Amino acid sequence: MKNHRAHLLLLAGLVGSLILGWMAPELDPYATNILVMIGINIILAVSLNLVNGHTGQFSLGHAGFMAVGAYASSLLTLAFAPSVQQSPALQNLLFLGALLGGGVVAGIFGFLVGIPSLRLRGDYLAILTLGFGEIIRVVIQNTNALGGARGLAGIPPYTTLFWTFGLAAITVYTIICVIESTFGRGFLAVRDDEIAAEASGIPTTKYKVTAFTIGAFFAGIAGCLYAHFICFISPEGFTFLKSVDVVVMVILGGMGSTIGAVAAAIVLTLLNEMLRDFEQYRMIIFSLLLITLMIARPQGLFGKLGRKKAKRAIP
Amino acid sequence: MSALLDVRAVTMKFGGLRAVDGVNFSLQAEELVGLIGPNGAGKTTLFNLVTGVYALTEGDILFDQVSIRAHSASQIVARGIARTFQNIRLFPSLSVLDNVRTAMIAHSEQSLGTTLRRGARFHALEESIESRALDLLKLFDLDTRSDDMATSLSYGDQRRLEIVRALATRPRLLLLDEPAAGMNAREKSDLMQLILFVRKEFRLAILIVEHDMRVVMGICDRICVLDYGRKIAEGSPASVRSNPQVIAAYLGSDDA
Repeated sequence: MKNHRAHLLLLAGLVGSLILGWMAPELDPYATNILVMIGINIILAVSLNLVNGHTGQFSLGHAGFMAVGAYASSLLTLAFAPSVQQSPALQNLLFLGALLGGGVVAGIFGFLVGIPSLRLRGDYLAILTLGFGEIIRVVIQNTNALGGARGLAGIPPYTTLFWTFGLAAITVYTIICVIESTFGRGFLAVRDDEIAAEASGIPTTKYKVTAFTIGAFFAGIAGCLYAHFICFISPEGFTFLKSVDVVVMVILGGMGSTIGAVAAAIVLTLLNEMLRDFEQYRMIIFSLLLITLMIARPQGLFGKLGRKKAKRAIP
Repeated sequence: MSALLDVRAVTMKFGGLRAVDGVNFSLQAEELVGLIGPNGAGKTTLFNLVTGVYALTEGDILFDQVSIRAHSASQIVARGIARTFQNIRLFPSLSVLDNVRTAMIAHSEQSLGTTLRRGARFHALEESIESRALDLLKLFDLDTRSDDMATSLSYGDQRRLEIVRALATRPRLLLLDEPAAGMNAREKSDLMQLILFVRKEFRLAILIVEHDMRVVMGICDRICVLDYGRKIAEGSPASVRSNPQVIAAYLGSDDA
């Protein structure tokens, strides 16, 4: 049993998402909307955490990867949706293909962006990834085949609560498994001290590119879920501010804490909704809350600042 | 018998400065050699060349008869050269045990695939890695601290942990960069015993950069002296100690 804790966690997540999917018709659309956004944000925050938190490579380009995944998958479903209209089974199959396609294309972009990251660190890397995100957005804006600034409309509404939370569970499982192992400790070593990591036989290049690729893959999947939920995407949905939102989740949850990233994704999504009553004061209150939280807990909700004892268990 | 490490006419230029200038140097298996010289003589630069931190300007470095000049630092570790640092560089956010386990990645068959699958093989590999790491720590009396954070160890223990971490990569050559820096007399004696023990137990060659002459003269088979990037003397501790060029480099000569 002890050896299957990670598998059980994944199973629990998948069963949970099945139950949510089964309950979906009972929920009102507003609640469904919030739940799906929570799921998507969990995927974004947990995957960015691998890059920013665990590997210590500050990326501001997550929205760019999300855009790549959203557009790649939408092109796929827009092309094939008419031919699968009759069969829900085929629709789900097409959506699975779109999810994988969006993830893989975004992963390839992550791999390409990961390569310059080998030479840059800290602020410089942040600026490079920020530039990448903006380039993606501007290129989409000026490509007519992608709808340009008008965006892509009529994307089939394939995203369900089951898909969203099933994929969130797979993301959490993947990131936990990648980190909690001898192989995964290499990411933490790269973050702690790159020179010492290299001198301990850890191929830091490979680790950094792997982190970027996995992070981008899941951002692409999140983008696909988002596109097939809102059914309309435009470059405006993937601005630099979207990247910042995800970075805030990672920092608020505690850099390098998966449970923290999940918690922060839930808290921030809900907070954003609950503050809607305050209308124009919403962002001010939101910012003030964030500032207060960072003063009270600079290490984040589940951060490890000042921890004296290490934990041993390998789940 | 051919040399384990063969440094051939190696030169490293930083702009106009020749930090290491045409140095020839070799080391046999299981030999303990000291590298000394005044500050700025190029000792640490030579270390960084051998371990692949810098790419050398001229010359070649052979380890076990294979050129390693084009290898990355981590590839050189995988071939069997490990090192410690002048200023301790442990992984501060990892525990004592994890610092050692991390250094076993290079020789482990654990990969992204096994990690994601988490099957029986994954757990068997993890268990063997953990038990080997604990065995190593036990050898250096650090096993009781295995769950503590690396940074919570005392200075001397951190130095020892750095050596354990280097040994975890299964080296045949260990490079120690000023291991006695900041130690008191008793800690230095312990360190000398430890270095001799490591060589005997792990049957490896050791190259040590050190300013403390008592340590260097006390344990080294052979000493190599650098000054302004050039090798000025090489030989037994006694012969180096009485070499006029070495004395001049350290104390200055009458005609300087």
